[in-house]
Amino acid sequence: MIFEFPLLSLAVWLPILFGVLVLATGNDRNASLARIIALVGAVLGFLVTIPLYVDFDKAQTAMQFVELQDWIPYYNIHYHLGVDGISVLFVLLNSFFTPLVVIAGWKVIEKRVAQYMAAFLIMSGLVNGVFVSLDAVLFYVFWEAMLIPMFIIIGVWGGSNRVYAAIKFFLYTFLGSVLMLIALLYLHIQSGGSFSILDFHKMPIPMTAQVLVFIAFFMAFSVKVPMFPVHTWLPDAHVEAPTGGSVVLAAILLKVGAYGFIRFSMPIVPDASHYLAGVMIALSLIAVVYIGLVALTQTDMKKLVAYSSISHMGFVTLGFFIFNAYGMEGALIQMLSHGFVSGALFLCIGVLYDRMHTRNIADYGGVASKMPVFAAFFVLFAMANVGLPGTSGFVGEFMVIMGTIKTNFWYAFMAASILIFGAAYTLWMVKRVIFGAVTNQNVERLTDITLREKLVLTILALSVMGMGLYPLPFTEIMHTSVNDLLTHVSHSKL
Amino acid sequence: MSYLLTLSPAYAEIFLLVMASAILIADLFVVSKERTLTYVLVQLTLLGCALITTVTHEPNVMQLFNGMFVGDAMSDVLKLLSYLAVSMALAYSRHYLLVRGLFTGEFMVLTLFALLGMMVMISAAHFMTLYIGLELLSLSLYAMVALQRDSVAATEAAMKYFVLGALASGLLLYGMSMLYGATGALGIAAISDAIRHGVENKELLVFGLVFVVAGLAFKLGVVPFHMWVPDVYHGAPTAVTILISSAPKLAVFAFVMRILVDGLQPLMMHWSGMLAILAVLSMAIGNIVAIAQTNIKRMLAYSTIAHMGFLLLGVLSGGTDGYGAAMFYAVTYVLMSLGGFGMIMLLSREGFEADMLDDFKGLNQRSPWLAFMMLILMFSMAGVPPTAGFYAKLSVLQAVIDAGHIPLAVMAVLFSLIGAFYYLRIVKLMYFDSPDSNAPISVRFDNGLLISVNGLAILALGIMPGALITVCAMAVQQSLLLR
Repeated sequence: MIFEFPLLSLAVWLPILFGVLVLATGNDRNASLARIIALVGAVLGFLVTIPLYVDFDKAQTAMQFVELQDWIPYYNIHYHLGVDGISVLFVLLNSFFTPLVVIAGWKVIEKRVAQYMAAFLIMSGLVNGVFVSLDAVLFYVFWEAMLIPMFIIIGVWGGSNRVYAAIKFFLYTFLGSVLMLIALLYLHIQSGGSFSILDFHKMPIPMTAQVLVFIAFFMAFSVKVPMFPVHTWLPDAHVEAPTGGSVVLAAILLKVGAYGFIRFSMPIVPDASHYLAGVMIALSLIAVVYIGLVALTQTDMKKLVAYSSISHMGFVTLGFFIFNAYGMEGALIQMLSHGFVSGALFLCIGVLYDRMHTRNIADYGGVASKMPVFAAFFVLFAMANVGLPGTSGFVGEFMVIMGTIKTNFWYAFMAASILIFGAAYTLWMVKRVIFGAVTNQNVERLTDITLREKLVLTILALSVMGMGLYPLPFTEIMHTSVNDLLTHVSHSKL
Repeated sequence: MSYLLTLSPAYAEIFLLVMASAILIADLFVVSKERTLTYVLVQLTLLGCALITTVTHEPNVMQLFNGMFVGDAMSDVLKLLSYLAVSMALAYSRHYLLVRGLFTGEFMVLTLFALLGMMVMISAAHFMTLYIGLELLSLSLYAMVALQRDSVAATEAAMKYFVLGALASGLLLYGMSMLYGATGALGIAAISDAIRHGVENKELLVFGLVFVVAGLAFKLGVVPFHMWVPDVYHGAPTAVTILISSAPKLAVFAFVMRILVDGLQPLMMHWSGMLAILAVLSMAIGNIVAIAQTNIKRMLAYSTIAHMGFLLLGVLSGGTDGYGAAMFYAVTYVLMSLGGFGMIMLLSREGFEADMLDDFKGLNQRSPWLAFMMLILMFSMAGVPPTAGFYAKLSVLQAVIDAGHIPLAVMAVLFSLIGAFYYLRIVKLMYFDSPDSNAPISVRFDNGLLISVNGLAILALGIMPGALITVCAMAVQQSLLLR
């Protein structure tokens, strides 16, 4: 390592610090100052994570950039940070999205600007904390703490039914988390007083306990992913959240749940993971097929993309629980790609919503003739959502299907249906919104996207295309860690 | 002279008694309505007590008055925290009481006597001293609840508090007399020894235990002995509620430790089962009934019941971890409760009580900083990190799971999930709703500073809880070595 600098701490605390600074600007008279500080903080927050990628040793399986300090000595809790080839990508993804979200909310948010920007910056730091924590309590603290800003974001700047959505979001995820806390405390006691996740990885656990711990983890992570049947909070939260909130929810927060499966469930209780893999695969396939069909019937654009997210995340959990390298790497690529694509789609819907103040598909039609540049972006992202070769969506889906077909043909057959359903609901939406004749006066008055919006969408379009055409920079960095994880998971811990 | 030197652990109590009497007389000569002199004297007395307790602290356990009174690390830590809590409660209530014409010398002297009762309870090592301390505390509080003579609610609350409190004292005394009958001793250590050496009449012993636990449950306010809590919290002037809900909880914790842990440890298999029932019922009823409340003082009362249930979980798990966790829980609870009731007083004006949930509507628009402090308090009460309340719950759960009671731990977290709902509702009212009135909130500088320190302390303890956890565990450990 070249840097002995506490880069990970910086990635976590810098955005939080800037968030507090933004809060200090006070009320809306200083709104423009708040925006600028927020943007500086978000960009700096992204810049400090770049060395994490550049200096990352791709051949090493151990955690890198490790920081270890005593935190609560009485319970042997440490401030223990570190990244492997999997988590480093999510830190980057998260930090990459923060400036985009800040820019996206630049003009749109007019009331309580400082609080809005601060909430996103603080959340960005907390989510980084989730990805880099190697101590169970530290992880849990970040995991729970990030609910607070999200709760506020949905509740304050959300749509008409925001209060219901915010409380549902909080209680749903809180329920899963508290059971995970019990599992973590149980592991702490079984391990003889350690809270280190790496110690949890090594310790033997009897089968019954493994299954119970798996279920507790499942409660926490499946809600966040979200998997069928605990997905019902997501459409509500997405629909009611402001654009930035939806973007962060889809691009980042859903990844946290899936990350939990590979950091906690699979390595800590591998036997239970194998034992219950059938259930997980079944739930994943239900999500892919059934939720895909549900998406088809949606009349609200945000809801449609929300259901599409659940369906795509089903692909991710499917990739994890078939236990081979193709599936795992494909799932991880899918997570990243889904981050870019769903984030971009929510931004596009936000662009339309800011102009028309409606998300109903029926209120649109013929947008392409009024907003040609926007239409080009929208169609590109829609194609990526479908999984068109050349976009990032294709790589992940293809790899997961390849991996699945090695395990069971019929699983792969069902999973591949996403290509059809996905195409159906996405393209049908595109057809009704973008193409066709201009349907009403409001569409007639639409103006094309501004420079600010162009900037955000161009960055995302480049990412989506880049990842689709040349995924190697993403796969090579995770390769060693994925293989290490799979070897670890294949050994019994009974 | 040399005899006086041996009394060093009781110096603080003696000082407080002298000062309380002196202030009672001095107040007669104070003419101003503000009673600044009396107030300053009271705060100085508390400061003096804190100094004395710090200076007279001894690393080993000190017994005096023939073993009726004990000074150890736990008593010193709890006393220091009690001074702090009482001092903060007084500072919060000063302005509130002033505009209502209730800021009298009697109020402050009664507060000091209540504190004296707490201190005696905390240091008691004998049923006699325990009971004297408890009665001194309770009688002072009864009088303080009734202080607002022209308020029907306050009078009713005082009546209820007095009758039920007297009943609880009776139960406690009855249980103590049975224990005395079974063991022939009244000293905590002597009782413990007698039980350890075998008691002939085991039934009498267990009967006595049941009555003692019932009496304790009354004082703690746990289900099914909780009826007085909502009425008293609601009916009493908020300045008195903040006192009842803060420091006395530390004293009652010490009370539980002295009687159950120090004295009746050999009967743990009996009392831990009883506490488990009380704890689960409290968490269930406290959290569920709190949802239905529209008055925030009542809501916080039910939340107290649930918190006390959680605290009992730590006690019944046993061991340094369990007792230390319970103590840490008590300390964080006191901090949160001070903040919660302090906030109600801060938002109240002359002729207006901000004690309805709707009074918190749109607080973020009227005063973002106060709303943020309340947000911290509410998330801390719900046990969401990074706040002190999370570590309180974490340490108790750790002890519960370590003791092998996983089902209890699962129930505890599920009930705290239900609890999260009504704390969230306050956050929802403050942040998501629009205010009913746009009357500006004028907060006096000292009160604003106090609530900020209080809220930020909870946040700071949520980020760096290590030191306080260690202090609590060590304090409890020394008290356990006593046996």
